[in-house]
Amino acid sequence: MALTILDKIWSLHELPPPPQNNNVAKDNMPLILIDRIFLHERTGAIALQNLTERGLSIRTPEHVFCTMDHIVDTQPGRPQIARMPGGEVFIQALRKGAQQHGLTLFDIDSPYQGIVHVISPELAIVQPGLTLICPDSHTCTQGAFGALAWGVGSSETEHALVTKTLYLKKPPAMRVWLEGTCPQAVTAKDIMLWLIAEHGAAGAQGMVVEFAGPVVSAFDMEARMTLCNMAVEFGAFSALIAPDEKTFAWLKDRHYAPKGDNWAQALAHWQTLFSDEQAEFAVDMRVDVSQLKPMVSWGTSPEHAVPIDAPVPDIDKEASKQKAQQYIGVQSGQDMRQVPIDAAFIGSCTNSRLQDLRRAASILKGRKIADGVEAVCVPGSRAVKQAAEKEGLDKIFQAAGFAWHEAGCSMCFYVGGAGFAPGARVITSTNRNFEGRQGPAIKSHLASAETVAASAIAGYICAPDDLPADTEKRTP
Amino acid sequence: MPQAFTSITSPAAPLMQANVDTDTIMPSREMRQVSKIGLKDGLFANWRYLNAAERVPNPDFVLNQPAYQQAQILLAGDNFGCGSSREFAVWALAEYGIRAIIAPSFGSIFFANCIRNGLLPIILPQGDIDTLAAHTPNPVTVDLQTQMISLDENKTFAFTIDETYRNMLLNGLDEIGLTEKNRAHITDFMATDQARRPWVYKQET
Repeated sequence: MALTILDKIWSLHELPPPPQNNNVAKDNMPLILIDRIFLHERTGAIALQNLTERGLSIRTPEHVFCTMDHIVDTQPGRPQIARMPGGEVFIQALRKGAQQHGLTLFDIDSPYQGIVHVISPELAIVQPGLTLICPDSHTCTQGAFGALAWGVGSSETEHALVTKTLYLKKPPAMRVWLEGTCPQAVTAKDIMLWLIAEHGAAGAQGMVVEFAGPVVSAFDMEARMTLCNMAVEFGAFSALIAPDEKTFAWLKDRHYAPKGDNWAQALAHWQTLFSDEQAEFAVDMRVDVSQLKPMVSWGTSPEHAVPIDAPVPDIDKEASKQKAQQYIGVQSGQDMRQVPIDAAFIGSCTNSRLQDLRRAASILKGRKIADGVEAVCVPGSRAVKQAAEKEGLDKIFQAAGFAWHEAGCSMCFYVGGAGFAPGARVITSTNRNFEGRQGPAIKSHLASAETVAASAIAGYICAPDDLPADTEKRTP
Repeated sequence: MPQAFTSITSPAAPLMQANVDTDTIMPSREMRQVSKIGLKDGLFANWRYLNAAERVPNPDFVLNQPAYQQAQILLAGDNFGCGSSREFAVWALAEYGIRAIIAPSFGSIFFANCIRNGLLPIILPQGDIDTLAAHTPNPVTVDLQTQMISLDENKTFAFTIDETYRNMLLNGLDEIGLTEKNRAHITDFMATDQARRPWVYKQET
């Protein structure tokens, strides 16, 4: 029988039905073994606190990891603990919980600290074939490693911590096959913005989306993570990419990767994790990326996006689209190019890894951002930040006029405290442009890190290839 | 322990917009405590208040209208609860007094969070929801035992829900307590699994 990678992972993790004499009212809902749990201070602390209050202990604490990312201060030198007024309570609570339950914590000063979905791959905590949960909706990012990784709430986190299992109805499988010649200017981020605009923010309808095809194979691990990261904005339950030589090369010798004989055994298993030739999917979509363009969002949902050189679509009578237009201040037929911006942000679990920073830096090198633009770059982890600094990327960002921050989620979302000015128009490498997401009345335009860099230079929404000649290599 | 859900009768407040995300339901700014309670004033804060910091109510927001202030049912649009996994969104709704949400579709994490908190998420076709919206603010009855929504004796809508979730909601079940009854079964499975995938169980650095 032809199996998908989801089938293979599922069958290894689904428990057989319990003995009949247990009057557990769980009927037919499958029980799935959870291999790894990753927590962060924002929604993980409450889970640990609840366990302590209930006198419950964690089944396998050695398989639980914690980081501080969501509300840590990212200003250079981290002058404060939290960027949220009063937010230290979350940080203290996670520290206390990790200590009480014996969990590995990558605290603010840890060399391994950073955004969950950046450090988990860096440390090879996520590995092919594992089930991994986190109380964060972008956990799907880690599916790029061929793991079944998904976001849950705090209650399900508690259940998984105590019992090492979760009840889960098996999601249907969807495949998005990416083929054609990916234009040089088009990134994984642009492909996802196109896909979500084309098929809607609920297009993937609770399915596990497998990204496959020659374009995916050609992508490096970071680009694959960007694809998987945005799957939740597509309405997916999660995303998966079959592991290959690039995956194995990434993982080898990293901190938590299997070593020696364990590596050989693990590798043999990982090499079986692919969808069979004849495997069937509930939805099987082929996308030729050859004609795609860099994208930008115009509204208040990731599905409100267009190629940068295309006009804002005619809005039908749909109330939410009208509301979005009003909020963002754009009109049907408007050209997104030349929309002036007040701020630019490069960061988040979507686009804050080394390749993102390298490519953004190559656009910023020798140039300055436009007058009046506030620009911030937040590397995804301490490791990314250090690697970037070793290559001098920080100097390039700063010479251009970007603030160079410490690692964390930062201005992806507003929690009070530091942020862009209320009402600012921000071009951002993040994943959500909801009303007020980045601050009061702030208008967020989603784009790739490269488009953010180019727009910061231009002072308006601008694709990298469209930067006008007079911004060429000004002496800093 | 979540409150058991059998049947409720209440006006249904219409919030008929697609893609209402959990940032809107519970802005991050409003999540100030490591707690599941004390959240109801932050519910829909950016829409509910003209000035969220000063808590000046927006009279146009549905829950501020007298007919709907005590509503226990929300009528919603496609993809309700999309976005962030924050369970604070569900805790705020539950604390406010919302006990059921009726939408054509839900964000999957939000749906799962509702079940864990005794909040009934009902999937109903858009046409049926439109009929309910036309009926408001007259009370609507939602009965989980019979899986029926009633306007009156003549006008009813059936809904489906997974048997397991229905059970959890009807009985206000503590999920962890239930599963722990099968602890030995899980231990057995882990032993089998460890033989098959030993590297998963060794934590080496």
